[in-house]
Amino acid sequence: MILIVDMNYKGSLGFYEFVLPLCRIVEPLEYEVWHYTEVKDIEYQEVILSGTALKDTGYLRNMGLFEWIRECDVPILGICAGLQVIGLVFDSLLILCQEIGMTEIEPVKENPLFSSPLTVYELHNYGIDPSDEFEILTTSEKCIQGVKHKKKEIYGVLFHPEVRNKDIVKRFVQE
Amino acid sequence: MTKIFMHNSEGKPMRLGVLFSGGKDSAYALYKAMETEEVVCLISVVSQNEASYMFHTPNIDVTSIQAEAMRLPLIQQLTEGIKEEELKDLRRVIEKAKETYTIEGVCTGAVESVYQAERIQRICNDLELWCFNPLWLKDQEELLREIVENEFTVIISGIFAYPLDETWLGKVIDTQIIKKLVELKKKYKISPSGEGGEIETTVLDAPFFKKRIEIVDFEIQIDKYSGVFIIKKVRLVEK
Repeated sequence: MILIVDMNYKGSLGFYEFVLPLCRIVEPLEYEVWHYTEVKDIEYQEVILSGTALKDTGYLRNMGLFEWIRECDVPILGICAGLQVIGLVFDSLLILCQEIGMTEIEPVKENPLFSSPLTVYELHNYGIDPSDEFEILTTSEKCIQGVKHKKKEIYGVLFHPEVRNKDIVKRFVQE
Repeated sequence: MTKIFMHNSEGKPMRLGVLFSGGKDSAYALYKAMETEEVVCLISVVSQNEASYMFHTPNIDVTSIQAEAMRLPLIQQLTEGIKEEELKDLRRVIEKAKETYTIEGVCTGAVESVYQAERIQRICNDLELWCFNPLWLKDQEELLREIVENEFTVIISGIFAYPLDETWLGKVIDTQIIKKLVELKKKYKISPSGEGGEIETTVLDAPFFKKRIEIVDFEIQIDKYSGVFIIKKVRLVEK
């Protein structure tokens, strides 16, 4: 069972835009969707943290609700807002870094999710300056685009793979 | 079993303006927006260029009748339809909606077009507005089925690709038409919901319409595999 965490404000139309596309990609695998304020136990095989609407940064005011990520021992993939939260949980810095639209990224480190330079869809005002707990997987001209925790199967991507790079999400859940 | 736990909106609904073309996608996005937020106006860009890059064109003058049928105010902006000028006009009309109706955000019917989504996101970001695309990446066949299940009355008002011909114009989208469109997708790679610009639609009724639109007079203009169903006269009918 896969857990998809809805990072939008509760009841947001962002659910249709950032969560449902992930559900469609992981199908036919079994999954549950929970809002980030209501995640209780992590008895899942994988966890995906969704992105949000550009102006939706409510999750940043609720960082206490994400402490479970520190203890989590199953693979996690954080997308955009999800990457920011993963970064902050492991002492990274949140930085202003805006990208909207299609952007080129260059993989800098071998990893199981993507391998060649990619064109990806971006929609964010913030990125992270990762702490020493992460290795950088890929960057764009402006921002760090992908990280992996050095000791855990925790990945974060700043871009939205659900738009033009669905294989990344598929590889994550099939790993 | 797969479960999705939906939640009700918390706090005050957001005041939204919906980018409205009169076609099925923007009308269905409007329907979704009304479920959780407060739609305070419709925003429409009327392109004078028939091959508009951003906006749906046939029957666009029907949008004011549709707005009346929904009892929602409509803000319209004319554009010559020159690629980047359209964006300035779009920005102008969204800005006008912000000033007039104090909208906090914009909702669009974008499904697949990164070109369209990216540009609207940028404009909203510049104007400090929220931007929502509730149909984003939705399966096109599923979208058509939901429109029919939710009792929208939608006609095909423009066809722009082989082998679509005159016989499609004015047809109400129902399960039979969806079946045919899906077959065309397999055979000719035509997008069943017309997102690639192969078909254009006009909404005559939907659950949130206070009155439905009845077509009194129309004209078909056709040139091989490109044609439009021009609505010349309509009336609003009690439901």
